[in-house]
Amino acid sequence: MPADAIIRPAASPSGAAAGHRLPSWFATAALLMPTYGWLLIAVFLPLCTMLVFSFMNATPMGRAPIVFTLKHYKAFITQPYLVGIAWDSLVIGFWTTFLCAVLGFFAALALARATIGRARETLLILILLPFWTNGLVRVFSWTMVLREGGFLDTLWHALLPEAGSIGFLYTRPAIVLGLVHGYLPYMILTCYIALVTIDDAIIEAAQSLGARWWTILTRVLVPLALPGLTTGAILTFVPVIGSFMEPRILGGRVGVTMGTVIEDQFTQAFNWPLGAALSFTMLAVILAIFATFSGVLRRNAGGVA
Amino acid sequence: MKALARFYLLAILVFLYLPIMVMMAMGFNDSALYELPFRFTTRWYVALSGNDQLISAGINSIVIALITAVLATLAGTMAAVALDRRAVRGRTLLQLLLLPPIAIPWLITGTAMLVFFFWTGIGRGMHALLIGHVALAIPYVVLVVGTGLRTIRSDLEEAAISLGSTPLHAFFAVTLPLLTPSILGAALFAFAVSLDQFVISYFLSTPGFATLPVQIYSAIRKGFTPEINAISTILLVGSMSVIVVFAIFARPGGARDKR
Repeated sequence: MPADAIIRPAASPSGAAAGHRLPSWFATAALLMPTYGWLLIAVFLPLCTMLVFSFMNATPMGRAPIVFTLKHYKAFITQPYLVGIAWDSLVIGFWTTFLCAVLGFFAALALARATIGRARETLLILILLPFWTNGLVRVFSWTMVLREGGFLDTLWHALLPEAGSIGFLYTRPAIVLGLVHGYLPYMILTCYIALVTIDDAIIEAAQSLGARWWTILTRVLVPLALPGLTTGAILTFVPVIGSFMEPRILGGRVGVTMGTVIEDQFTQAFNWPLGAALSFTMLAVILAIFATFSGVLRRNAGGVA
Repeated sequence: MKALARFYLLAILVFLYLPIMVMMAMGFNDSALYELPFRFTTRWYVALSGNDQLISAGINSIVIALITAVLATLAGTMAAVALDRRAVRGRTLLQLLLLPPIAIPWLITGTAMLVFFFWTGIGRGMHALLIGHVALAIPYVVLVVGTGLRTIRSDLEEAAISLGSTPLHAFFAVTLPLLTPSILGAALFAFAVSLDQFVISYFLSTPGFATLPVQIYSAIRKGFTPEINAISTILLVGSMSVIVVFAIFARPGGARDKR
């Protein structure tokens, strides 16, 4: 890097001593300071504090002495109902990710292979646009569609006037539907980035060798799109596991997930140490997922290259 | 096959936009209980203009988004320039440190901020919200401006220096003008991130100071009226316009021409 060559002499001790100019590392540090200082105060120190809190006996209020304990990390053993909630959250996360992957992969495939130029650009922006609008408002929109006597019901009754209601607001499928709606654009984008680089010649070669569309799909397209699918799956699964507003609004009484349990500890039950311990357990699960799949991703990259 | 693919894309678009359209339409429907048939009215928008709580929350949201955009763009651009153009030790680690604010669920980041701000006496309210929003927006700014920097050749700056310009002057006279579209794009991005942020705001709001999404959430929890549809429609249209402007500004093709 030629840029470094210009900077480096000044960084040497002689350069710093040579004149009134500040040493180069000082300027670099000053440029980096605002960003990393801010992240330290707003993200990293809070996470460390919460880790400390997770070992406390109770929320430190007033003059009560602080006692350190591991009991909140044993909550899954002492409060067995949490295991059921954790399982439900994982199931919701799994279904959301699975549906996003299937719907998103084919949407990305259609986008990459059946559209060109302007139309493709416009479609991509249209697909990504909802992602940058308020998630809360989009979840709220679904209540308009799914409630009893809502849009879906009205449509259904226009076809079959005598039929009962098919509105399924306040059920688990409603939560999954809302979450899929929220994260599908992400999956389409990551799959599209992987698929758009595939050379037409590869598919033509497969066709000319007699491969049917099913073979091309499973032996060529899916393996080549796997990094995009994996990235999309992680980007979907992680926030879904931590969601609490979607289950509350779309799930009503059945919408109890790890996210809502953690939120309760901070806003209702005022048991911050338990909330912190559950958060860090969740974070550990997420990191384990990252670690597992980063290995898979690297192997894929190696295999393709 | 192509017709099928296009039909499928259309179906995906319907899935993505249908609930939003229904929600928007219901904001113009006369029935307070969202009953059909549809009868057009603007009375919910009229009612909204008298709802001081939602209006002040909306103003709070815009003020915070503006300040966040300025601060995050300033800090993030400086960091992006340092990471891309200067000799930095531990560059990979520094780049990795930008990920947690994006990758850790907001629920965890938000509650951690709540605990830390309470413990240090920073407390909740507008300043706390600003600290949180800027931290969330900075990584996006560094990524957007960093991408822009990589499309600008660094030897232009070196040429200026070899012709007698100081490094600082060379940056402001050569690189910064070329970088302006990326910086504006990043600022819009930061604005949108802040405007749509709900989870962090939810934990750091006080009863006296809330942003629009937080106010909408508590209204939904209490039982909703078409007024919420009206304010939601305004919020959606607002953030969609910001992003469309961003898409026009930060077009990859546009940046490539300026080499």
